[in-house]
Amino acid sequence: MLVDSPPEQRAETAPAPPNRRAIRAAGLLVSLGVLLAVAVASIAIGAKHLPVDQVWHGLFQDSGTYSDVVVRERLSRTVLGLLVGAALGLAGAVLQALTRNPLADPGLLGINVGASAAVVTAITFFGVTSLTGYVWFAFAGAAIVGVLVYSLGGSRSATPVRLALAGTALTAALSGYLQAVMIMDNAALGKMRFWTVGSLGSATNATIMQVLPFLAVGTVLALGLARPLNAVAMGDDTARALGAHLTRTRALSMIAATLLCGAATAACGPIAFVGLMVPHAVRSFTGPDLRWILPYAAVLSPVLLLGADVMGRIIARPAELQVGIVTAVIGGPVFIYLVRRRRTAQL
Amino acid sequence: MKPTRSQVTGSAAGGHSGSPARGSRGAASAQPLRIRAVRSRGLSVRLDIRALTVVVLLIVAALVASVVLIGTGDFPIPAADVIRTLMGNGDAGQEFIVNELRLPRVLVGLLVGAALGLGGALFQSISRNPLGSPDVLGLGQGSTAGALIMIVLFKGSAFQVAGGSLVGGLLTGLAIYVLAWKRGVHGYRLVLVGIGVSAVVTAVNGYLLTKADLVDAARAVVWMTGSLNGRGWEQVWPLLTLCAVLVPLVLVNARPLRMLEMGDDVAYALGVRVERTRMLLMLSAVLLTASATAAAGPVSFVALTAPQLSRRLTRSPGPNLVPAMCMGAALLIVADWASQRAFGADQLPVGVVTGVVGGVYLLWLLVTERKAGRI
Repeated sequence: MLVDSPPEQRAETAPAPPNRRAIRAAGLLVSLGVLLAVAVASIAIGAKHLPVDQVWHGLFQDSGTYSDVVVRERLSRTVLGLLVGAALGLAGAVLQALTRNPLADPGLLGINVGASAAVVTAITFFGVTSLTGYVWFAFAGAAIVGVLVYSLGGSRSATPVRLALAGTALTAALSGYLQAVMIMDNAALGKMRFWTVGSLGSATNATIMQVLPFLAVGTVLALGLARPLNAVAMGDDTARALGAHLTRTRALSMIAATLLCGAATAACGPIAFVGLMVPHAVRSFTGPDLRWILPYAAVLSPVLLLGADVMGRIIARPAELQVGIVTAVIGGPVFIYLVRRRRTAQL
Repeated sequence: MKPTRSQVTGSAAGGHSGSPARGSRGAASAQPLRIRAVRSRGLSVRLDIRALTVVVLLIVAALVASVVLIGTGDFPIPAADVIRTLMGNGDAGQEFIVNELRLPRVLVGLLVGAALGLGGALFQSISRNPLGSPDVLGLGQGSTAGALIMIVLFKGSAFQVAGGSLVGGLLTGLAIYVLAWKRGVHGYRLVLVGIGVSAVVTAVNGYLLTKADLVDAARAVVWMTGSLNGRGWEQVWPLLTLCAVLVPLVLVNARPLRMLEMGDDVAYALGVRVERTRMLLMLSAVLLTASATAAAGPVSFVALTAPQLSRRLTRSPGPNLVPAMCMGAALLIVADWASQRAFGADQLPVGVVTGVVGGVYLLWLLVTERKAGRI
């Protein structure tokens, strides 16, 4: 009986659900509306400003005019922003639940630095120069590090602390390698310093198609993990008592997070903070139930990412500020505010 | 990330101090034979024999490594000659190489290592988190930002870069403290705020790097890795002065710090002025770390690993300040020697070695602790 419906979850949803659930659903709808508005803004605003009717024209009656071409270019950038944003938010939420650590983000598990190390290897030792070439390397690097962290973290008997420590250790070793290569090879430094800040500027349809399958599988997996992860969040013993399959849940969560972060990082470089911050912000009004946190994070993370991207274009017009820089500069203070406002930001 | 948990593990392991066992009072009383008390006329000093041995051994190791390091380079000098020259009886050529070129570099290494080890031990103790090192809290990034501004925007001299990094580190430390302040500084909040600040500063650093031309960027990356190349007497004196003031100040407060590890309420009940002690110690830790970083760049992982390693050697609870300091100095000198031996003189800065070694050490720790069932 416990296996089917854990008592905590029943208690969570049963007593006063209609009201709260309605509010949460409405909130999700509002968030979707905001996301749509930000997406339109992301197409309209830039070095060349386009009014909304021209955006509409470019999207649905493309006749090859100059502004239509601009719309097409910005459309792929916006789509990539949507996908990557959602991926980072979902991955952050999953990792935070999995490691029971509010600080967990792709950086903590070494996924960013794995991707970076692979890209620097590609540039220096394999002579790869194109962005579409980096993608596979970055993804492979992220995936390898993801697997390593999981197996070093104890695979079947992985605990949150061990996973975090394994991530930190690999990050240290790999960043030593990364710095050594950048010091020895100026060409690699020239490329890496732009890649590591994280930017949507190089989005093309080819990149999107490269990462889309991974993102799709990762998203489905992550959303499906909401229930088991809810149980895991209560602690190993409770989760086991509730009938959750700990090993399987952990392995699947790592796979989902690696797919999502790896693909996102491969497409636009390491973008800090979206995955860390959005789940935090979301949790403050959804409560700890991952069945709400995950969809909210998937909708609100792209809002943050695209919003930051648009701001980067406005601030530094006619040039642009990379989105990774803007998210960190906005995200940092918001994160500190959240930390200060709560008593302690523990999960 | 939960100190309470590791506390339980630590005392369960019978004073083995396996996982980061901070403030486990049980560990000390489980092995009373290791502790001796020296009493004479009302004055009584508690001596931890094992910790004392570790400290002596570490100092010897650091000195031996220093002599070897002075002898290493394009112009190798045998150890006996190095010692003779240091005593003032060498020939003119060796005297120049030893006293003007290599000795100051080694001294900077020893001082930076000691300052980072002590600063790291203080931060880990104050934040009650084994990962709460200055690297994680963003002090290194703050120093880097100051240095990068000097390198990229003003094309400053080495002296100006050091000044910029010192100011950057101090301002970041201040910002973290002020932002984490809310009727006192809670260890957990300190780490979280530090991570937030560090992310913002990292982004600024990334931006500065993209704006630099390639020559400046290359210089900046070497600085950011942490290097002892070309360090001379002008770095030794300020560092030495600062350490001479701060190290005694910190050691006097080692007892209240140890009580702070038991929690604010307990410490308060034991008569510790919690916030004052914490502020004083944090300020010292920030100053130590920032000036070490100004001298050699943010050498990664010494501050994180030195306290952990020394705790495992002494097997004693508490902050282990002196062992951590000696361990930091020994680590940095050995790492500098390794980087010169492995890659040739001045090819790769010491920070690369500390990063890789630190990472491998953490991994090894992870595997062995798992086998022993301690994490």
